Amino acid sequence: MTFFGLHFQDLVFYTLAIILLMAGLRVITTRNPVYAALYLVLAFFTAAGIWLLLEAEFLAITLVLVYVGAVMVLFLFVVMMLDINLDRLREGFWKALPIALPVGGLMAVEMVMIVGVRNFGVDKVAAPAKHPAGYSNTAELGRVLYTDYLLAFELASVVLLVAIVAAIALTLRERRESKSMDPAKQVLVKKADRLRIVKMKAEVEKIVVSDTDAAADVKESK
Amino acid sequence: MENIRYDLITALPEIIVLGMAMFILLADLFLKPSNRIALYALAQLTLLIAAYFTFTTHSPGVGYAFTGAFVDDAMSDVLKLMIYAGTALIFIYSRHYLQVRNMFRGEFYALVLFSMLGMMIMVSGQSMLTLYIGLELLSLSLYALVALDRENARATEAAMKYFVLGALASGMLLYGMSMIYGMTGSLNISDIHHALMNAPQPTRELYSVLILGLVFIVAGLAFKLGAVPFQMWVPDVYEGSPTAITMLISSVPKLAAFAFVIRLLAQSLQTLAIDWQSMLLIMAVLSIVIGNVTAIAQTNLKRMLAYSTISHVGFVLLGLMSASMNGYISAMFYIASYVLMSLAGFGVILLLSRKGFEAEKLDDLKGLNQRSPWIAFLMLIVMFSMAGVPPTLGFYAKFTVLQAALQAGFVWVVVFAVLMAVIGAYYYLRVIKLMYFDEPEDKQPIEAPIDMRVALSANALGLLLLGLMPQSLMTFCGYAIIRSLS
Repeated sequence: MTFFGLHFQDLVFYTLAIILLMAGLRVITTRNPVYAALYLVLAFFTAAGIWLLLEAEFLAITLVLVYVGAVMVLFLFVVMMLDINLDRLREGFWKALPIALPVGGLMAVEMVMIVGVRNFGVDKVAAPAKHPAGYSNTAELGRVLYTDYLLAFELASVVLLVAIVAAIALTLRERRESKSMDPAKQVLVKKADRLRIVKMKAEVEKIVVSDTDAAADVKESK
Repeated sequence: MENIRYDLITALPEIIVLGMAMFILLADLFLKPSNRIALYALAQLTLLIAAYFTFTTHSPGVGYAFTGAFVDDAMSDVLKLMIYAGTALIFIYSRHYLQVRNMFRGEFYALVLFSMLGMMIMVSGQSMLTLYIGLELLSLSLYALVALDRENARATEAAMKYFVLGALASGMLLYGMSMIYGMTGSLNISDIHHALMNAPQPTRELYSVLILGLVFIVAGLAFKLGAVPFQMWVPDVYEGSPTAITMLISSVPKLAAFAFVIRLLAQSLQTLAIDWQSMLLIMAVLSIVIGNVTAIAQTNLKRMLAYSTISHVGFVLLGLMSASMNGYISAMFYIASYVLMSLAGFGVILLLSRKGFEAEKLDDLKGLNQRSPWIAFLMLIVMFSMAGVPPTLGFYAKFTVLQAALQAGFVWVVVFAVLMAVIGAYYYLRVIKLMYFDEPEDKQPIEAPIDMRVALSANALGLLLLGLMPQSLMTFCGYAIIRSLS
């Protein structure tokens, strides 16, 4: 099946690649951070499509589920809640441009020269072998993850643990002024804890009428 | 099954440190704040147990575990023992400082142990993946530790800078690793080495991709080491962090970084030595110049020590740059001596600090001799050692590095480094002048627990003693490098 002289697979690839590049470009050029996050979602989606073409189904689905479904949604929430001053973000853009542009351009040219078809073409790097039908990506990944990469897998979980510890240590604040109650303490309370009985002599209240007050009363009544 | 048993026994020290770090986290929940000293004891106990198992499972051969992702050789064991010793000193020095600053919490000890676990993994990593995860574990714990004092705005700013630049460096390192992986088809250190050795006359294309990868790896490593031109974060982070954390950042992780460089450059990319030699040479020379010259202008003691670190890193790179056994041994010797000096230097700063006061200005050292002649004497030894005045350890460290560079044929570089070391001596000697010839501005009595005084004295006198008998430390370094690299 060919369209405009292209195989269907190639056509899908080029379509996805163009969308991916455009979306990636818009992530950094768009003015509104919410739009930027949405473009990033688009970029992830199209990247997942390209991975599907490469027969990396598990990774493609994980990318959509984890990055699009969880990470970017959280990210959007944060972006919307933050009061971002766009003008301050753009400060210094024109000042940094004369240096940033040549450096960035130089790096881009170097990378294109090296990571191009010349070094990574099909004649240099063989295309991956086709897998037989019924080949399970997920099972293979699982097998490798728990055998060859066991150490890295376990250590990655330690890194996540450190991230949790760090996040809690840096943000948890025990508020002394909070008015929460402990039910266990409330039940165990005794009369003596709340009521103090003081023995003292009875006091007799004396009614004293001062002379000046009496004089004032007399004046008013006149 | 036998395989798994071997894996677990090889990684026993790591497993113990991990288990104890989690135990400390949990124990913290059940302890009253007044009993938190138990956490300190547990942390020290962890180091002892780990050292015991590292020592008893040591064998002079090389053992691979976890399908070649983890290695247990002489270098990893020697470096791990050094890391335990350094961390134990950090715990001793920092205890009082943390107690008076409301930072004496379980998280501190857990995070330091986690960062130490990262260092141990870096030291024992035999695959680029393991090395990278070890590095991330270390860095992530350090970012959190810098920001642990939440009320301190300067520390938060320092943590932010450290985090952003550290993430950038990690990205570069990963990109470089991916290039090497693409060209050799393996992440394993020895497999990469064999793939490059057996490559039939590397073509220009293969070569250019490898060099691109190498450039990114070296840049990432330089970021982490704090070598010029990737040193911008070092002074700010050193100055902004609480001094106890600065001491941690500036000392033991450098041992792990050294192992990292050895594994990546000397073990896997030895065939590209000609190329990384020139990169390291440029960075070494620039680090020595900028570190020493900028340190002169500093009035903040922590900032001055940061620039001094940059120049010390330059000397270590000079040793590595020789790309010979002698060079690696001298670099390891230098980094071990640097860690001892740095611990003692920051130990004195911690000793002079007290509740609500940080002894971080150079002027805070004025007239220290009148306040406490003994501490002034210890600081004198540290400063002499950092400047490289004989007969201290620092002199011998510089001497061996320069000797290795001379043997590799870099005569002019050596002459230049000696000149720069002389310039650098100025700011170290200025500290001594302030301590002995100026009137004290701050007359408060120095309060510090006795264990800290004893440990600090041993540490500083050790600099003198090892300087007189450098053979003992040299034998260790030689044993580690020769057993592991040949």
